[in-house]
Amino acid sequence: MKHYIFSTSLVLLILIGWEVGAQIYNKSYILPAPTDILLKLWELKGILLLEHLPATLLIMVIGLAISLLIGGGLAIWMNKSQLLEKTFYPIIITSQTIPIIALAPIFVLWFGYSIWSKVVVTVLITFFPITVSTFDGLRSSDKDMKELLFTMGASKRDIFFKLDIPTALPSFFSGLKVAVTLSVIGAAIGEWLGAQAGLGYFSRRMMTQFDGAGVFAPILLLSIVGVSLFLFVTSIEKYFLKWRNR
Amino acid sequence: MSRAVLTFQDVTFHYPSGNLIHKHPILEDIHFQVNAGEFVSIIGASGSGKSTIFRLITGLEQPIEGKIYLNGKSMSNQLGQVGYMPQQDLLMPWRTVMDNAILPLEIKGVKKAEAIDEVRKLLGEFGLEGVEDAFPSDLSGGMKQRVSFLRSVLSGSNILLLDEPFSALDAITRLNMQEWLLGQWEKRRKTILFITHDVEEALFLSDRIFILEQEPNPSLKEVHVPLRRPRNVRDLTRTEVVIMRGHLIDQLRLKVKK
Repeated sequence: MKHYIFSTSLVLLILIGWEVGAQIYNKSYILPAPTDILLKLWELKGILLLEHLPATLLIMVIGLAISLLIGGGLAIWMNKSQLLEKTFYPIIITSQTIPIIALAPIFVLWFGYSIWSKVVVTVLITFFPITVSTFDGLRSSDKDMKELLFTMGASKRDIFFKLDIPTALPSFFSGLKVAVTLSVIGAAIGEWLGAQAGLGYFSRRMMTQFDGAGVFAPILLLSIVGVSLFLFVTSIEKYFLKWRNR
Repeated sequence: MSRAVLTFQDVTFHYPSGNLIHKHPILEDIHFQVNAGEFVSIIGASGSGKSTIFRLITGLEQPIEGKIYLNGKSMSNQLGQVGYMPQQDLLMPWRTVMDNAILPLEIKGVKKAEAIDEVRKLLGEFGLEGVEDAFPSDLSGGMKQRVSFLRSVLSGSNILLLDEPFSALDAITRLNMQEWLLGQWEKRRKTILFITHDVEEALFLSDRIFILEQEPNPSLKEVHVPLRRPRNVRDLTRTEVVIMRGHLIDQLRLKVKK
């Protein structure tokens, strides 16, 4: 915990500054004080935690699962064949230059207000770090080690499971950590554009009602979700990469 | 008459050309035979094709002409037939000492519990007792090389190929490892082919030494080491050994000048 003492102090300092500033400014629909936000969160805890949080979490989890499947699959595929790499890699990179937020309304048009319009946005944002990091990890497996395995009579399957996958894991986890934090953004943007539930949707609805604290309360919750997911992935990573902790 | 476990019959090999700037070593009509239980070293300047010979024996490369016989048989796919210990230890950093050692058994399809039992029997002899759960990054250079050697022994083959295994070790560790290796070789009755660029190491360890040359023509010569076993480091100061050492070094240097 000592590790976080400096960042925690800085955040506290900023929060105090914010609190004081907001009290003096005294227009809570534009700048709600942190205490207002906490109070609002408490007040709305039932509806936020039981109705909107599960909706958002579901989008994130489905989105990440699809990203893992597509990203992992693409990475393994591209690692297998140069032709596939040459075909897909540039497309994947280019796809990231498309402003997804601008495209999102189209998804609402296609998928309506169902969960899938939000999932698509989440997938589009999160599959990229997973694909690229997994692919780079797979590609970095040691050529000499591979030859050594061949001299032991290893099959391609052995090479994949005993060498390529373990080599790719550290890089894969780095990508996954980026992806889980991005999934929060993806889900929130998706909900902004059209939803009937979810933290992003709730925040936007409060905006139309000039309820400043109500805008921030679900955002605070979103951020907590993001950090928790990040820590969750880190703990899985620590388990799988024990050898790096020494 | 001893039994030949490895025969090179008029083997010719070169890497596919295309890269003209970097001149690859060439083997031309190489012919030699290694007998069961022999310790043979291969010396030569860098780029003389020492490692290429190992790549041919392990089956990573195929000869363009000629045949290679392992234990009397010539196979189209030779992979998995010999124990190979590479220059860098090439241990998997994510596997413990135990898991690294059982790798060749795992690939052969031996059950994990059986493989672990087999390794456990050998740990003491290899000076690895108590470190089986450590990761390679926790080990000293000499220990890593012992794990790597253990792994090549566990390939189960009667032929071991060691590619400059001690080149990265300091002088004292190296001497200890050489003596230890001789002990293991005598005990396990394996045939060892040993690449080195260190003439003294070759003289101390081997029965015979192959000298690989690229200039003026690709060729392979051989000398018998005039020493009995068991050997002692001090044997290296004997007159006939010192003279041979001089000859060998001259030959190597000739090539370097080119």
